[in-house]
Amino acid sequence: MDLKLDHHSEDNLTIVDVEGEIDVYTAPRLRELLIDLVNKGNFHLLVNMEKVDFLDSTGLGVLVGGLKRVRAHDGSLELVCTQERILKIFRITGLTKVFGIYASVDEAKEAHGRDK
Amino acid sequence: MATVELTFSALPAHVRTARLVATAIARRTGVSEALLDEVRLAVGEACSRAVEAHRVHCPGEPIVIELRDDSGRFEVTVTDVAPSEDLQQPVIPADGSLVPEMPGLGIAVIAGLADDVEVSSGAKGMRIRMSWPASPNGVAAV
Repeated sequence: MDLKLDHHSEDNLTIVDVEGEIDVYTAPRLRELLIDLVNKGNFHLLVNMEKVDFLDSTGLGVLVGGLKRVRAHDGSLELVCTQERILKIFRITGLTKVFGIYASVDEAKEAHGRDK
Repeated sequence: MATVELTFSALPAHVRTARLVATAIARRTGVSEALLDEVRLAVGEACSRAVEAHRVHCPGEPIVIELRDDSGRFEVTVTDVAPSEDLQQPVIPADGSLVPEMPGLGIAVIAGLADDVEVSSGAKGMRIRMSWPASPNGVAAV
């Protein structure tokens, strides 16, 4: 499956919906979207990965790059993910300690609201 | 021992094909369903690393992946011919199309996934061999 990307804003949060496979072929598109969002002043990003079928280290690198960019503006990049096979790669690489990972968009929005 | 050998050009689009082929053969070889995601991810990581290295050093050279059913083990070997002294350095093609944010992460992921991993590298390229248990008669456990 190819990669489908969509995004919308709710209050101060930009939700990025990702569907499909994030790998060496498709990750540049996600990277471009994250850079574009940051360049347009969206510094609080929530990447919804509930429909992601596959994620490799290239995709992880893109997410880390996005995190570095939003942090440069005191922003945040958090994730929604409950799929064990996706969470596993975050655990192997120790990135569960780097990203806020939530079970749902609502849970993330609630946490984001508390942090504001 | 049965071997399938796949040779592909160093294009990111072909990595998905390599993943699909490896997963299909792993299933046929008798790797348990629980391990197939690990096979898919580890093979993808090895092929992605090889593609990125080839695009910098030798874009015209193909990458070779061998898949073996070897006495109750499913063994995958990914071989590239790009010099790998700069394994930990960022690999940035001239067109800037691929800019890994965390070089070297792929090898770490493979080490965390594969049951048995052997990485050998040098001026003539890198060879990543990894294997997983498979049922001896090649029938996938369900």
